[in-house]
Amino acid sequence: MSDVVEKTLTALPSLLSLDSQPGSAKLSSTSKLGNLIRGITELTSKHEEEKLIQRELLSIKEQVSSPNTTMRQMKELMVRTIYCEMLGYEASFSYIHAIKLAQQGTVLEKRVGYLAVSLFLNESHELLLLLVNTVLKDLQSTNLIEVCMALTVVSQVFPKDMIPAILPLVEEKLNHPKEIIRRKAVLALYKFYLIAPNQVQYIHNKFRKALCDKDPGVMTASLHIYLQMIQENPDGYKDLTSSFVTILKQVVGGKLPMDFNYHSVPAPWLQIQLLRILSLLGKNDQGTSEIMHEVLDESLRRAEMNHNITYAILYECVKCIYTIHPKSELLEKAAKCIGNFVLSPKINLKYLGLKALTYVVQQDPKLALQHQMTIIECLDHSDLIIKRETLELLFRITNAQNVTVIVEKMLEFLRMNKDDHTTTDLVGKVAELAEKYAPDNEWFIETMNTVFSVGGDTMQPDIPNSFLKLLSEGFDSVEEVRKLRLFAVNSYISLLRGDPGKLPQRFLQVISWVLGEYSHLREDVDPAVVTRLLAKLLDMKNSSSETKSWVLMAMTKLCEGGAGVSVAKEVSETYSSSLDTVLRQRAQELQYLSQDSELRAKVLPRGVGLEHVEVDSSLSFLDGFVSEALAAGAAPYKPPHQRQEELARSKALSLEPYGLSLPMSMSSCSITDRQSPTLLSMSSGLSGDSTDLSHKGGSTTLKLDGVKRVWGKEGYLVQREPVEEAARVEVPSPLRSPGQQGEGDTSHSQTPTPTPTSECDQEKQQLASSLFLGLSSQSSVCLMGKPEPQRFRRKAKGEATSSSTSEQTSNSLVSPPSTVDNLLCNNLLDSNASQLVVSSPERTSQLSQDLTSSNGTWDRESEFTNSDIKESDTAPIRDNCVAVPHQDKDRPKDLSLTSHLPAELSGFSHSEISPLCTDRSLDLSACHVQKEDSLALVVFIANSSDSDIQQMLLQVDSEELEISRVSEGEMEKVCSHSVAVCHYSLSVKRPSVHVEVTGMVSYQLLDGTPHSVNFSYKLPLASFIRPLKVSTEEYGTMWLAFSHDTKQNLTLISDGPEPLTSTLNVLKEKLQLHVVEIIGVEGIVACRLLQDQPCLMHCRVHAGALSVWLRSPVPDLPDCLIYHCQRALQEH
Amino acid sequence: MIRFLLLFSRQGKLRLQKWFTPFTDREKKKVIRDMMAMVLARTPRSCNFLQWRDLKIVYKRYASLYFCTGLDDQDNELLVLEVLHRYVELLDKYFGNVCELDIIFNFEKAYFILDEFLMGGEVLETSKASVAVALEEADTLQETMEEYLNKPAY
Repeated sequence: MSDVVEKTLTALPSLLSLDSQPGSAKLSSTSKLGNLIRGITELTSKHEEEKLIQRELLSIKEQVSSPNTTMRQMKELMVRTIYCEMLGYEASFSYIHAIKLAQQGTVLEKRVGYLAVSLFLNESHELLLLLVNTVLKDLQSTNLIEVCMALTVVSQVFPKDMIPAILPLVEEKLNHPKEIIRRKAVLALYKFYLIAPNQVQYIHNKFRKALCDKDPGVMTASLHIYLQMIQENPDGYKDLTSSFVTILKQVVGGKLPMDFNYHSVPAPWLQIQLLRILSLLGKNDQGTSEIMHEVLDESLRRAEMNHNITYAILYECVKCIYTIHPKSELLEKAAKCIGNFVLSPKINLKYLGLKALTYVVQQDPKLALQHQMTIIECLDHSDLIIKRETLELLFRITNAQNVTVIVEKMLEFLRMNKDDHTTTDLVGKVAELAEKYAPDNEWFIETMNTVFSVGGDTMQPDIPNSFLKLLSEGFDSVEEVRKLRLFAVNSYISLLRGDPGKLPQRFLQVISWVLGEYSHLREDVDPAVVTRLLAKLLDMKNSSSETKSWVLMAMTKLCEGGAGVSVAKEVSETYSSSLDTVLRQRAQELQYLSQDSELRAKVLPRGVGLEHVEVDSSLSFLDGFVSEALAAGAAPYKPPHQRQEELARSKALSLEPYGLSLPMSMSSCSITDRQSPTLLSMSSGLSGDSTDLSHKGGSTTLKLDGVKRVWGKEGYLVQREPVEEAARVEVPSPLRSPGQQGEGDTSHSQTPTPTPTSECDQEKQQLASSLFLGLSSQSSVCLMGKPEPQRFRRKAKGEATSSSTSEQTSNSLVSPPSTVDNLLCNNLLDSNASQLVVSSPERTSQLSQDLTSSNGTWDRESEFTNSDIKESDTAPIRDNCVAVPHQDKDRPKDLSLTSHLPAELSGFSHSEISPLCTDRSLDLSACHVQKEDSLALVVFIANSSDSDIQQMLLQVDSEELEISRVSEGEMEKVCSHSVAVCHYSLSVKRPSVHVEVTGMVSYQLLDGTPHSVNFSYKLPLASFIRPLKVSTEEYGTMWLAFSHDTKQNLTLISDGPEPLTSTLNVLKEKLQLHVVEIIGVEGIVACRLLQDQPCLMHCRVHAGALSVWLRSPVPDLPDCLIYHCQRALQEH
Repeated sequence: MIRFLLLFSRQGKLRLQKWFTPFTDREKKKVIRDMMAMVLARTPRSCNFLQWRDLKIVYKRYASLYFCTGLDDQDNELLVLEVLHRYVELLDKYFGNVCELDIIFNFEKAYFILDEFLMGGEVLETSKASVAVALEEADTLQETMEEYLNKPAY
């Protein structure tokens, strides 16, 4: 009885409180919620709060399940439940009642019911099914508020499978007379599109109607859907560009009702949405971009008020301008805008400015130079997020000259940073920079030590792995490798002698491995000492069992001699009874091997590293599985580090550099555009943004000779003569560099200023000059095609078939650093500017020399005539193929030499026989012969003297080619006036635009005097290209599997009725490409590089040019091939 | 698209939570905990933008209350900062000089205002007046479609 009374009493205030009108929203002191809230605030401990809430929930539970509770009371109860849930207490018993409330309540109660449902339930919650009927009913209601509520709740939580049930009703609402309903319906459809795109596909035309709605609000809402759809398929909506531009023009011009203004800026949300759409439409599309240039300019001009919202518009504008086809005027304005952001005293703007700079700097490093002092200030900013962003920017401009300063700054940040995610990311970057640009061993090891100790156990596992790999595989100089290993050993021994307890597990594992493998390099340290140091690690409490097994492995390698064996014995006894099976296994191994040194030497030979272990690192046995999975729509594999990098990249501004083919030597700065071409998108849902970026970014060695600069600041560069182009790029630099320096810091010692600079300023300037060292010369350095000096140039190994090894191969381009680089490396901070002035002209002259020489050799290069290629293309009928080299009128010698061609080659067409060199007694000439599956090089050695030649030795070599000798004949002696022939078979090791064979002939004349002659023979990569006959389906599968790509526009041969076909035919004739299929304006072409390295090409006629996209598993191959395509078309 | 909006006090008490894309309960708890830890540790006059995993975080403090959102990567931080500001303006208009207590005791109203302003993580209605009218209509409840049609458009 008393219970009932109590209940009624407690229910009373809540009944009373219901009268409080919602409009007068001040808190009612008597409400139960009010009591609850006040009760909670009075409590002091978490425990008391918990008790109170549990009591409250218990009473709520009792009341909601009572049949006597009215919907009004239920509404009040529900509000209280929501409050309890918000505090983190679960009240699942109330979920069903929330649905009931939404079903049965009057409008006001229903609203609370819907709110509770959307807060309580997840999209996958099964109770949601019970809501479907209610929503259906409300959508059909004549009460607008109910309709609105239903639309709100479906956009909030709605089971995916039930969308078809309500779709017709939502669609119907697009024609509703009330705009708020239309607007909500559009947004609900947008939500459906996001969660289940297939189900709303067929109503696309209705979206168009929404776009044309007379209410700007409905139109704005429809843009969300358009943004999404255009993102997926920009080509399908190009026709709408001018409409979007017109809308934006009207908005910017203030044609919308005042209602849409926000702080007197016309419809900023709409403007930004439109700018975002335009940037998607204008990307890589000159025609479309031109339509929007004017309105972008207008937007920039109009947004001048000093308010966040105008900055938001400006920022979006800048993003758009850098994404679409460039226009110099706009770029200049955008750059100025970025400058304003960076220099702004408002910290938010500064942050965004840095972000924008980070992306733009890849195209325009001098923009960073302009703001160097600001960047320095940001580096010491008290706000960590600004610091972090600055480091991101510095990461993009790191080179061999400023790496130590930048890495030091990064490590400094890492030591303070507490956020795991940032640490993981930054540690990866430091490791990348360290390996790429390390100035010396000591620095490298110390940096990596810090990376390992700071990165701890959260860092990506590929960092220690690749570090160990570098140590074990070594690089070019054997002595350097030994020094590096020795240094590592020294450093680790001293670390272990210190306090190894605080080192992370991963680091301990690295240490154990290195000591096990290389501590023998330290002859003065007894292995037993090292073994004891390692044994200490085993006794540490926090060593994980994984670390322990690494330690045991290392001990197994080291146990030798009396003391070592005894330690080993002790340890193995302890662990051979371990519960951990792996540890037990290791302990057993240790036990046996320490006792049997002979066996140990066999099992663990010293100093061989990994070289002798036959591991199929390309995992070729999985190829079948992988291609099957790819065909079934799986995403191509990306290493984790790169995935994170991509994530980080896409996180911020997605400003793609407009010069995709512009060579850049900065680390990971080339952003590859990977949307699958329209033709191929059919093969599966994965458009290629899932493929890697780091391959291109990783290879810092870009060669200009294959890559033309197509896009420049002034827009598209019409193809010019290479010399002219290079000069255009190059010439301004000597003029600019000192000026830039001055611009960036006016008080620099270079520019005489009357005011003495304070000490602090000077410090900053020093920092600036060390940070931005080498940056101003960046573009020219890479234009010269010189790779950055890279210390740890990984060894190339084996055939570059898998992508992981190919990356290393591309890194291993060997090219001596130019004098310019050396000059720059001298690292004289203050004379930096003057140095640049000195070095620049030199560089220019060197460059022009390079260019002239390459032009010169081009003419000398032996090439096939068109007919030759045709013939070898139709290889089966080769019997009647008579090789008649053209131009042989000039050189009657050729004819005679032709007869010396080896018999097995006589049936094939051969290139013109070109003389290589002559001396008193020898005439050397050579030609190459294209066979279906190989390329043969034939060297003719004609003895023009009257005496015989003895002990002749011919050596040939090439950086890019594999050369194997074919002819076995004895040819030590060449009789007077006779010809010796050497026959080699060539295959490509590493693609390059032109490949060169160098050689030397040494011989003795009869009198015994030794002579030698050097020669070189150049041949175009095109000679190694053969057609690849594949079907369209095979092509599709291969396309998705290849990771290296390049894109470029080529001239279209438009003299025929079908430009695409005739252009492709020219390529087919000249380069022996295989045209797989031509559909409409698109064509796919395939070829392979001898022996079996495929390269695929996708062509599309667009805006009077042929935009081609090449992909291959071999790095550099696409770049080289595109060069030859260009040439072939130019010559046509 | 805005992924979530959280309102919490300086003492770390959650006042409002809105999730525009699905999060599991565990993720929600983690996000709330991390956001409070990150945002409350910020000193005044520091940058309003943060990075959390792959989300951009934009927060702003109004009196004792922090407004904190998580955004997609391509979203414009400054614009969202203004979205927060607009929301505060709307609350202000509805409650009349809004304070934390208004939101604590009438949090369901704050949710309703939010629903009229943002839908599915996108801005639904940018006009302050329209939101107010929509709310008023919802509050007075009685109008039907016929009445709407007879009324002049606002």
